[in-house]
Order: sequence, then C-alpha cells, then structure tokens
Amino acid sequence: MITALEGTAPSVPALEGVGLRLAYGDRVVADSLDLRIPEGRITALVGPNACGKSTALRALARLLKPSAGAVHLDGRDLTAVSSRELALKLALLPQTPTAPDGITVRDLVARGRTPHQRWWRQWSSADEAVVDRALAATGVAELADRTLDELSGGQRQRVWIAMALAQDTPVLLLDEPTTYLDLAHQVDVLELVRDLNRAHGRTVVMVLHELNLACRYADHLIAMRDGTVVTAGAPTDVVTPELVAEVFDLPATIITCPVAGTPLVIPEGGRRDNAPSSG
Amino acid sequence: MRSLRAELGPVGIRLRPRVAVALAALAAVAFAGVIASVSLGTYAIPVPDVLSAVLGTGSGSADLIVHQLRLPRALTALLVGAAFGLAGAVYQAVTRNPLASPDLIGISAGAGAGAVASILIGGVTAAGAGTFGAVPFGALAGALITATAIYLLAWRDGTVTGYRFVLVGIAANGALAALTRWMLARADIDQASRAMVWLTGSLNGRGYDHVRWAGYALLVLVPLVLALARSYQLLQFDDDTALGLGIRIGRARIALLVLATCLAALATAAAGPVAFIALGAPQIARRLTGTAGIPLVASGLTGAVLLLGADLAARLVFSPTELPVGIVTGALGAPYLLLLLARANRAGKGG
Repeated sequence: MITALEGTAPSVPALEGVGLRLAYGDRVVADSLDLRIPEGRITALVGPNACGKSTALRALARLLKPSAGAVHLDGRDLTAVSSRELALKLALLPQTPTAPDGITVRDLVARGRTPHQRWWRQWSSADEAVVDRALAATGVAELADRTLDELSGGQRQRVWIAMALAQDTPVLLLDEPTTYLDLAHQVDVLELVRDLNRAHGRTVVMVLHELNLACRYADHLIAMRDGTVVTAGAPTDVVTPELVAEVFDLPATIITCPVAGTPLVIPEGGRRDNAPSSG
Repeated sequence: MRSLRAELGPVGIRLRPRVAVALAALAAVAFAGVIASVSLGTYAIPVPDVLSAVLGTGSGSADLIVHQLRLPRALTALLVGAAFGLAGAVYQAVTRNPLASPDLIGISAGAGAGAVASILIGGVTAAGAGTFGAVPFGALAGALITATAIYLLAWRDGTVTGYRFVLVGIAANGALAALTRWMLARADIDQASRAMVWLTGSLNGRGYDHVRWAGYALLVLVPLVLALARSYQLLQFDDDTALGLGIRIGRARIALLVLATCLAALATAAAGPVAFIALGAPQIARRLTGTAGIPLVASGLTGAVLLLGADLAARLVFSPTELPVGIVTGALGAPYLLLLLARANRAGKGG
C-alpha cells in the first residue's frame, strides 16, 4: 500500500527552507538548516528530543521568523506572503492548541473557515459544506454538538484536525499529532492523515516521535539531529541501523514490517556507549 | 441546536438562537431599566408621563425632572455601562484572563488619576456640575499611559497573556491609588471632597453634556471594536492557532487594547471609576448567551443593564438618601470576585 518508490523528492518542493537559522532569543536551535518538503506526499520530521524538529515546523509555518535564510512556499518567499494568503495555503495544528472553554465541536471546526471569510461574510453555505465534509472526513460528525471538554483525547485530536481540514489548504502541518494518545488512537489519527493525503493529494508535514509509525505512514522521512538534517528520503531507503544509531544513539536492528512492508526498528536496548557495538 | 443563518449575495451571517434571544432580552431589559429609572424615585412619575416627556410632548414639573435629572442620568448609566462592559470583554478576552479587567488592573485607576489631576489643576468642578471640562482628556491620557506601561512591563516573549499582566496591573492599580491620594491630600478640601465623590463612581447630576460625550465616544469606538470582532474571537485561542488562521495577533491585540482603554477612560470620565461592571459584565454575558469565549455585544448590553440596575438601587434602597453607584457595584463585585478566584483555584488554571 505504501508506494515509496523514489527516494528523492520531486523537483519542485511544496515548501522549502534554505539556510535557516532558527533561534529563540539567544538560544540557537538550528544553523543553516535546509529542508525540502515534497508536494503531495506525507513527510515526517523525526529525531531525538530537542533536535529542532518542532522548531523547523514552526519556521515552515512562519510562526518563527528565521534570523537567516528563507522559507519558500511554491517558490515564493514566505515573508512576501500576506497572513490571509498564507492561511489559505497552509494549515497548522499546533502541539497543544487551546480553545475557549465550552466551545462546541462544530463551532471549533467552523473557525477553520476564518481565512475564507470577511467581516461582511462571516458565514456562507460553502463554509457550511466544507465544515460538514471536514466533520465527516475525521469521523466526528456525530459529536458536532458536543463541547470539546467532553471528548476523549483521541476525539479531541480528530476535531482539531477537522478544523485544520476546514481551512481547506493544499498544505497541512501537524506538530506531534499523536502525542498523549494511546497506540490505537495514534494509528487511528495517522490512518486519517493518510486518507486525507491520498484522497486530495494534500501535502502533509508532521513531527512524529514514534519512528516506526513514521516509517509506516510517511512517504518521505527527514531525520534531524542537533538542528541539522542527517538524512532525508523514503523510509525504505534511508532507515538503517547506522541512521538510527547516528540520530538516536540507539543500537537497533531493522526488519521489514510483515504488515506494511516498511522498515521496522527493533531497539536492542541500552545506549551505544554501554552496549556491544551494533556495527 | 442549529444556528440562524442569513445569506444575501456576498453577505452572510450566522447567529445562534440563544444568543439572539439573550441580546433581545438584554435590550428589552435595558429599555425597561431606562423607563423605570426615570419613573421611580422620591417623586414618582407615571410611565405615560415619562413617555410623553421623552417624546417631547410632556409639560410641567415632570418634564423638568425627566430632562434635567433622570433621563440624562439613566442614559449616562446606559452608555457608561456599555462602555465598561465592552472594555472588560476586550481586556479579558485578549489576555485570556477573567481577572484582567480594566477596573482591577489599574486602567480605571489611571483614568481616575488623570481625571483627578485635571480636576485639581484645571479647577474644574467636574463632579456634579454639568460642565465636563478637561476631565475626559485627563482620564484618557491617564488610562492610555497606564495601559502602555502595563503592556510594556508585562510583555514577554511576544505575548501579554496570563497572570503576569494581571500582577503588573494590580501593582499599577496600587501605585495609581497612592498617586491619586497624594494629589487629593495636596488639594483644597472643597475640590478634594468633590473629587472623592467622583472617585467612588457616581452618576449623580449627570446632564445631557455627559450623555453627548459618552454617546460620541461610543459612536466612534464601538464600530472600531466590532470591526475587529473576528480577531477578537480568535485571540481567545492559543497564539499559534490564531496565527495559523491568518490573524495578525500582535497588531490586533494592541488595537483592541487601545480601543478598550479609550472606552474605559471615557466611561470613567463620565461616571468615575465604577467598580465591577467591566469585571462582571463579560462573565455574566457569557453565561447568558452560552457562548464559548466572551461575547462582545452581549457584554456591552449586560454592562449597560448592570449599571442601570445598580444606579436604580443606589437611588431607591436608602431613599431619600442616595448612594453613589460605585458603592453598590463595589458591594456586589466583592463577593463575585471571591467566587471567581475560588473557581480559578479549583480549576487550577489562571494563567
């Protein structure tokens, strides 16, 4: 089912970071970081904690202004794009989004229409239709009139994804969409992301912690460490014991997943420095 | 419960039935409140006489009382209440903190200090007399300077939400109260006592001058606030979500806070720093409309109804002695504030 035939990205990336220097105040997270996000594919950013993957995603979404370098969206410098225009092209699900207390699912998802609206047109039947589709696509239509506080973590995450979906953008960025979810719900959310990608050719970029899930659901993997890209490509091509050792300091054996045919990382236990050499 | 929708060509709006009902009910209560506060008092005027006086067909002493005393006072209460309600809604929503209300965090105190300074320096008999003089300008300057100082001191990492804003504001509130006291201590007793009544928050002796001032201010400020209503709603989400939806949050936040500061300042200039309206109205409005987040228009209407009601109570409860309305709202506000604090503690979220 996963067809990660070519390891190289298409010639025109949907989103591209060139020579990015990313810092919070004085703390530099990345220096001269290059990222290429292939169009119409699912890209996963993976790496150890604090490797700069979430920061990189924030830069791609223009939430963080690079102090050097530039992000290009469809070949255009992101700084030249207006806020509304950007919101029409790129939707973002932050790591821990918050909404006002007591908001209903339908209302929250409807907020995703904001960039499509004007003060004189705060609602249209087209908005209604898109919101209904987003609710249906994420399987939360029957929860539409419930409030967000009543939902489980997995349901809530689906609702937030529905909101990003209602924004109806060609590019979707997800910052750790599976955090705090149990395994079943993680798979659930990632299946949903894949459906969204396959159905409409949406470009998806997500930060993921779980390497095996990233291998299974991403077409394109970007492995980061210490603010730089260690390697990028299709999971079947790039995931090797050497890579896992280099990126995570973890000795591991790679087998082929009997279900999906994607690489499956089996940790050998113990860090490299106190375990026998993993070759 | 589905929303009411209206679509005409490129224009489209949506309104929840409960919100529509709440707005209509608030407007009706506000109207009834104006009529009641004109009609009731030590000299009761029958409602038909009130209406004919309002329509300009009245005569005699009733007409005089309506136009000289009660109607301008009721209308001032209406406008000032609405201004405080809106200002409170904006402050609470933009900082995402129900305690960050202009009357708690020193905005009203700043306006008060500015107004007292202009009363004392200008020698204007603003409290009570029909003339207004430099008070609105003093209040506006005081409030804007205070708001700017709080914003700059509380600003960190590009945002002003959370408890930091409230804490800086409370400190500012204390400093400004001290400043006001110092000014009063240096003033002559006559002016100081007049300023004191004004500082409690009073609607006594408000004339059409005040109505006109407050009316013009609202006429300018309310449309500007409403024009930012969509940003206002999304500022109640986290910053990343709002930014992701194309809201320029830095600009929107400052614009809204400046407008709210002007509203609070002009309301303070007209009636003194009346406590509780800006703090309570938005939260009450939210419960009335059942919306997520703080409703804008409903907060203004709720503020108007609250201040009208409080002023009516201030006039009638110890009749013939009148209390300044600020004492009534303060007495109502204190327990409410405790409730709010207890809730915030229980929920374990305040910032």
